[in-house]
Amino acid sequence: MIKHLFTAAITAIVALGLVSTAYAGNERFMKVMKRGEVVVGVKADYKPWGFRDASGKIVGMEADMAQDVADALGVKLELVPVQSSNRMQFLQQGKIDLMIATMSDRSDRRKLVGIPEPNYYTSGTNVLAPKKVGLKQWTQLTGKPVCGKQGAFYNKIVAKRYDAKVVAFVNNAEAKQALRDGRCIAWVYDDSSIMADLASGDYNDYEMPLKTEDDNPWGLAVPHEELDNIWGRFMSGMIYHWHTSGRLIALEKKWGIQPTEYLTMMKAKLEIDRAHLK
Amino acid sequence: MEAFFEWFRALYEQSGWNFVFIYEQYERERFITAMWTTIKLSIYCLLFSLVVGVVGAWAQGAKSAIVRNVMAGYIQVFRNTPPLVQILFFYFVLGTGLDRAGLMPTYDAGGYLEPMLGAFGWAVISLSFFAGAFNVEIFRSGIEAVPESTVEAAEALGYSRLMAYIYVVLPLAFRVSLPALNNNLVNLIKTTTLAYVIAVPEMMYTANQIWSDNVNVPEMMIVLFIFYVGLVAILVYFMHKWEHAMRIPGYGT
Repeated sequence: MIKHLFTAAITAIVALGLVSTAYAGNERFMKVMKRGEVVVGVKADYKPWGFRDASGKIVGMEADMAQDVADALGVKLELVPVQSSNRMQFLQQGKIDLMIATMSDRSDRRKLVGIPEPNYYTSGTNVLAPKKVGLKQWTQLTGKPVCGKQGAFYNKIVAKRYDAKVVAFVNNAEAKQALRDGRCIAWVYDDSSIMADLASGDYNDYEMPLKTEDDNPWGLAVPHEELDNIWGRFMSGMIYHWHTSGRLIALEKKWGIQPTEYLTMMKAKLEIDRAHLK
Repeated sequence: MEAFFEWFRALYEQSGWNFVFIYEQYERERFITAMWTTIKLSIYCLLFSLVVGVVGAWAQGAKSAIVRNVMAGYIQVFRNTPPLVQILFFYFVLGTGLDRAGLMPTYDAGGYLEPMLGAFGWAVISLSFFAGAFNVEIFRSGIEAVPESTVEAAEALGYSRLMAYIYVVLPLAFRVSLPALNNNLVNLIKTTTLAYVIAVPEMMYTANQIWSDNVNVPEMMIVLFIFYVGLVAILVYFMHKWEHAMRIPGYGT
């Protein structure tokens, strides 16, 4: 009797396993449709991509993109604030269904989360400098102290390419304090982060005067196992449409972000030649 | 020399051990600068902290109550705060304050006014005062070990208080304090790594930069380890020689 029960239990477990593997790869997507709500992880401290407005609501360019996704699916939207250190874990643990959180698309990250192509944005290296310094070109940094954050890969590039004296601090807070104290003529960092600082209103006497270098594409992410299934394919379509419809360029303008060449380039590249329809 | 560099490049290609600072010129140059910076930082701090110690120990026994109280306050402040906090305080609060108040002389570094005292200068000052506070106490213990009768004998021979301090008390006190001093100076050399928080390009800072750029953390950790073992060993060697040279048979141990 006990033996029979045991066999039955094993069979049940295997059968359940089979059922769940039949759905594997589309679980998250099915869950979203069933619950009628998509949970999107965005930044809440990264103006103007994702930040809280006066009423505490998360708004920004990436929040608008999340809304587009919800509208296309015909479901409600819930935004969850994420940070760079936990955004991939949130997606893996199922706390969020989709992540649009200023993430650079890198090969080590592709092993952990599903990053659908094409990329939706890029950011690169630029500097924040006091307007009174009057920077115009990267070459003006030669021989001058430039603040940075320890561990950033562009410190070495700026030091080697332009012979700048990179003074790297442990955290951005110290680096920016040193810039404010006049211990360096500029702070070298990611242009999107600098734009966020400029948008915050704390840096009105500062500017981002140089041409961004070493662009690195950004990727949004779905769970890794759903990249080549409905969810991943759907998001690829969303990104494609955002590019060709000019939606991203419009959003960039709406949120007062300096226009990126990448978006214009991608729009031209992805646009279908519809001459045969005429 | 080229062959030596190339051997390490081959080692990396074959085994994955990346001692990039040997075979790549850019990394090599900044690594050598870093070693030199750490050595300079250590030497300056050693010397200044000894000066602070000697002067401070004398001030502790000064006749003026104000001087004694100032000294006691200094020791309390510097012994009771972490050296990391001191460095950050000196650099970001005191340094910036002096700049703002226009008290810090600047020089023209090509269209940009650079303060005379940069990160390196502030690191030397704060670390010297930190180790100096301990040195004061170490010397005090040595001075108190010199019998009162010896000082009285010196005074009877016509020495002033200062002269007796320099020619009689200090040489004897030094011998007693050397082992403790030795310890404190070893600690001081190790504490110079904290200068990386104010971006002094010393060993810790540069190792961090190199491993950030080349993802060779274990290799750089090993190198850092060996470097500091070597640097401290050199200091200890000279301190022991000194201890030996100053030994008076029958005095102390």
